[in-house]
Parts: sequence; C-alpha cells; structure tokens
Amino acid sequence: MSCQPMKKDESVTLAQHRRTFFTQAAAGVSLMALAPGVRLVELAMANSEDSLPSSDKRWGLLVDTAKCESGCDECVSACNSEHGLSGHGRPETDAQWIRKVDLKDEQTGHELSIPILCQHCEDPPCVDVCPTGASFRRADGIVLVDKHICIGCRYCMMACPFQARSFIHEDLTSQKTHSPRGKGTVESCTLCVHRIDEDQEPACVEACREAGHDALVFGDLEDAAGPLASLSRKTATRELRPDLKLNTGVRYTSF
Amino acid sequence: MPSSTPFWWVVAIATVFVVAGLASAHHMESAGHWVTGMNNRVVWGVPHVFAVFLIVSASGALNAASIASVFGREAYKPLSRLSALMAITLLVGGLTVLVLDLGRPDRLIVAMTHYNFRSIFAWNIFLYTGFIVLVVVYLWMMFEPRMNRFVGRVGTTAFAWRLILTTGTGSIFAFLAAREAFDSAVLAPMFIAMSLSFGTALTLILSALIFSIRGDGLPTALMLNLRRLLGYFVIAVAFFVMVDHLTRLYGAEHHSVERFLLLDGGVYSMLFWIGQILLGTILPAVMLMQRRCSTLAPTLVAASLVLVGAFCQLYVLIIGGQVFPIDMVPGFLETSGFFDGVIAEYHPSLAEFGLGMGGVGLALLTYLIGTRVLAFLPTATFDSGSSS
Repeated sequence: MSCQPMKKDESVTLAQHRRTFFTQAAAGVSLMALAPGVRLVELAMANSEDSLPSSDKRWGLLVDTAKCESGCDECVSACNSEHGLSGHGRPETDAQWIRKVDLKDEQTGHELSIPILCQHCEDPPCVDVCPTGASFRRADGIVLVDKHICIGCRYCMMACPFQARSFIHEDLTSQKTHSPRGKGTVESCTLCVHRIDEDQEPACVEACREAGHDALVFGDLEDAAGPLASLSRKTATRELRPDLKLNTGVRYTSF
Repeated sequence: MPSSTPFWWVVAIATVFVVAGLASAHHMESAGHWVTGMNNRVVWGVPHVFAVFLIVSASGALNAASIASVFGREAYKPLSRLSALMAITLLVGGLTVLVLDLGRPDRLIVAMTHYNFRSIFAWNIFLYTGFIVLVVVYLWMMFEPRMNRFVGRVGTTAFAWRLILTTGTGSIFAFLAAREAFDSAVLAPMFIAMSLSFGTALTLILSALIFSIRGDGLPTALMLNLRRLLGYFVIAVAFFVMVDHLTRLYGAEHHSVERFLLLDGGVYSMLFWIGQILLGTILPAVMLMQRRCSTLAPTLVAASLVLVGAFCQLYVLIIGGQVFPIDMVPGFLETSGFFDGVIAEYHPSLAEFGLGMGGVGLALLTYLIGTRVLAFLPTATFDSGSSS
C-alpha cells in the first residue's frame, strides 16, 4: 500500500473542515454547559427578592357582618369555581374552604350570617402541630399546605379551632393548575395566593362585591393607610375564638 | 413435648386479622377515606382508638421487666424478656395502624425526613422509634450473659423513656387547646396510668395465652403478684378520670361538654358509664382487690374487663371529644351546612374495625413468632427458679 502526499488545496480544505468541526463542537459544548446556568439565572430572576412574599405586608380580610346576607353564598360558589372544588353530595366529606354560618345571639335573639374560612392566624395551631412542616405560614401571613409533604395525618384538622380544613376523601377530577390538590392530603383556603401574587384580590372578595354586598374587604393589615386599617379604626372588630389569642388575619365587624 | 397445634391455631387466627387489616387498608387507600365513618368533623376514628390502645399498652407491657430490673424484684425476671417482646410487638402493631390510616401512607419516608420540632407528633416519632431501639438493646443486655450487668442501667433508661413516651402520647390530645374535651394537662399523667393499667392487663392475658399454648403450666404465683398491682393501676386511672371531669365541671364554660359526655351523649355517655366506669373500672377493681377472687381465673376475667374499659375510654375520649362541636363564637347559636353547632355523626365502618384488628393481629402474630424464634420464654419452671 502506497502513501501519496496530499496536494496543497486538499490539505487546506481538510484543515478548514477540522477547524469548523472544532468550532461547532466547542459551541455545542459551551451551549450545553451554559444552558443550565442561564436557566438558573432565569429561575433566580423569577425568585428575585421583589417577588418573594415580604413580612412588610400581612394580608387579611375584614368581614362586615352587617352587609353579609343570610342565604347568600356567592363567596362559597366563587371559591369552589376558582379552585375547582366539586362535591359528591356528601357534605361531611366534601372539601369546603369557605362556608356560611348562621349565628343567633343566645341572649337577644339577634341573627346574622358570617363566612368562616381559614383565619390565617399569626400563631396558627395547624402549623404548630404539623409533624412534617407541610402546614406553613408565608412571610406575608398566608397559611398554606405544602401538598408535596403532607402525609394526611389530619392532626392540623384536630387543632384548627375553626374547622376550616378539609381532607380529600376521594379521587379528584378537574383540578386547576394554580390550585394543586391531592387525594389523601389536607387543604384549606389559600386566600387565593395565586391571585394575590398577581396583585389581584381573592375570588370570594370579588364575587361579594360583584353581587352588590361588598361585605368582604381585602388588604394589608400592616398598611396604616389601606382599607383594612382605615375601616378598623372606624369600628370595633373581633376575631373568632379570641380566647386562644391567635391574632387572626380574618376579622369581623358589626357584631 | 407439648403439642404445637394450639400455637398454629392462634397463629392462623392472628394471620386472618392481619390479612383483614391489610385488605381494609387497601380498600381505604384506593377508594379514599370517604368509605370510612371518618369525615371532616370526626377526622380520627376507630383506627386511632386501636392505635392509641396498642401504643399506650406497649409502654405498660414493659412493667414486668421494669419491676425486675429497676425495682429489683427478682421474682419477675422470668417474665422480663417476654414483657420486652410484648412492648415491641404492641408498639409495632399500633404504629402500623396509624401509618396505614394516613391519607398518604406511601409518604412515610417524608415523615422520617421532614420534622417540625414544634409538633408533639414529630417528637412522638422519635419517642416511638427510640423506644423500640432501647427495648432491643434492653433485650440484648438480658440475652447476652456478658452484658447482664448493664440490665439495670438500660432498664432504668427504658423505664424513664416510656414515662416520657406516654406523656407524649397523652400530649397529642392535651395540646389541642381548641377542643374542650381535650386541652387538659391531666391527660399526660392519665395516659401514664392508662399505660400501666392496660399494659399489665395485657401482660396477664398474653402470658396466660403463651404459657397455656406451651402446655407446661402457668406462672400462677407470678401472675397473681401482678393482680393487686393491676388493681392499683385501675384505681389510678379512675382517679385521673375523676380529676379531669371535676376540673371541667367546676367552670361554667365547660358545663356543656361535660353534660354531653356524662349525661346527654347517647352512645358516648353509655360507653362512659357502663363500659369505662362499671365494666372497666368498678368491677375489675373490686375483683382484683378482693381476697376471695385471688385465683387466676377471676384475675384474667378482671384483666379482660380492664381491656373492655380501655376501648370504651379511648372511644369516648378520642371520638366523643371530636363529635362535640367547637364553640367558635361564644354566646351565639351556630348553624350551617357543615353541621356547626350540632353533635357530629360518626358511624364507624367495617374497614376501620378491620384495620384496627389488623394491628392487634400483627402484634399477636409477631409476639407468637418471637417466642418461637428466640428464648423469650423462661427455660426453668417458675417454682424452681428463674432465668435472666
């Protein structure tokens, strides 16, 4: 077998091919190496400090019981629709994040109707008792359940003074992407955290206003100039189970 | 050589319970908990009654070993290993029921890797697993002649540990400030007394079972020594139950819940007075303290009655405490579509009993197998000597 020397043109072309190959390979490797980094930057940007919940705020609700009509359940329907809560006709086991409760004063007979939901306590008993830390309180005061680490022990339901939590007793359908849920875990009102993070108010508040009642006022409890603080200055507010000193984020007025 | 037929019969019965328990758990997990009697108002049901019974009894089952190695009563040594085996198997049975009742039992690893140390539940995970480890070490000290000299120290640690363990179990309920029927510091010492009582009663019954199966006679004298002790434990439980109710009866704010539990509660009041007090306290206490009943048969009947009372007590405590409504707005009558302001309905399902009995079956099965695998039973006859 003989070995003939390459011509000059052939040698140049081969060198060019080799150079192109190495250039493209280097670009490809660089892209593969840098892409995750770029993605990390993207994620870091997404979770920049501006977008994280801040303890400068404390989200809450004020319920004006004088405006809350008995028999009206617009807030309940809006919550069910927003979070895809559909019952099976079994009120004992169906999920409910907000419910209407009729009250009658034992002494005077005065009657009123109030919505009861997670009260987003400053010292939530559900968070204290949760063995895995699935129940937690965000810096801005919203009490949530991390569905990934909830084991379904229901101790939080035993501890909640408002019976505001539901255990998912059966298979789910029609779940909403913004409201993750799962059979065998516990859930409760999220104060529509997905809407709050997009500077919108909770679905129940919107529905109540659209129904013409305006009994629910949403806002920042820490904001002295905000609607909650200004309303609270004008009238006495009360929290449910004041004996437990939970400093709830949901307050009631006019009773 | 005694016949092993009775042994295998009991093993078969225990296995049936275990299979029933697994089938029940599978049914509950695949269909969802709506097939049980539990709901969003009564979140813990019959499985929890069984689980708490087994866990609390596990702690008390170590009594015989503690009496021997902590309090130096050599006569109890022959029962030491057996009592340690009972403690482990009962605890495993109880924990299995608890785990299989979880909404997500597949996430057990999460419970072992994520801890919230403000939660008494999380603390109990350490107390239960630590207790099993400690009793295994205790058994090693008893089995290995070279380690016998450490039995006292390990036994004392196990004794202290189980007092803390039952305090922790009682605190699961005692820390529930929102619910009137719980929220009481008395529950912690009451659970200690319950563990001593239920555990001793089970020790008597399970010892009688295993020695009967073995066919070479019961350690009658030793078991009768435990008779009077069980009587005192029954009285101790009754004392704490009385203190618990009296402290609540004193303040007007708890009159409603007391009226419900003691008078108007239907099945709950009936279980309290007939099951817990008459059958589970007065009758066994009289039988155990009377000299005329100082033979083995009435002792075992009394121990069985203590267990009947135990189930009634835990049913009234755990479920009765939940069905009574939480008064969210004091001074107002509450009504809603979620049964606010009314006594909640709870009808336990067969699956719940199946799961609970599965835990009992598992405890019994592992106990029986344990006695065949290792020398948990004394080799010497009781009247002639003892083994460590």
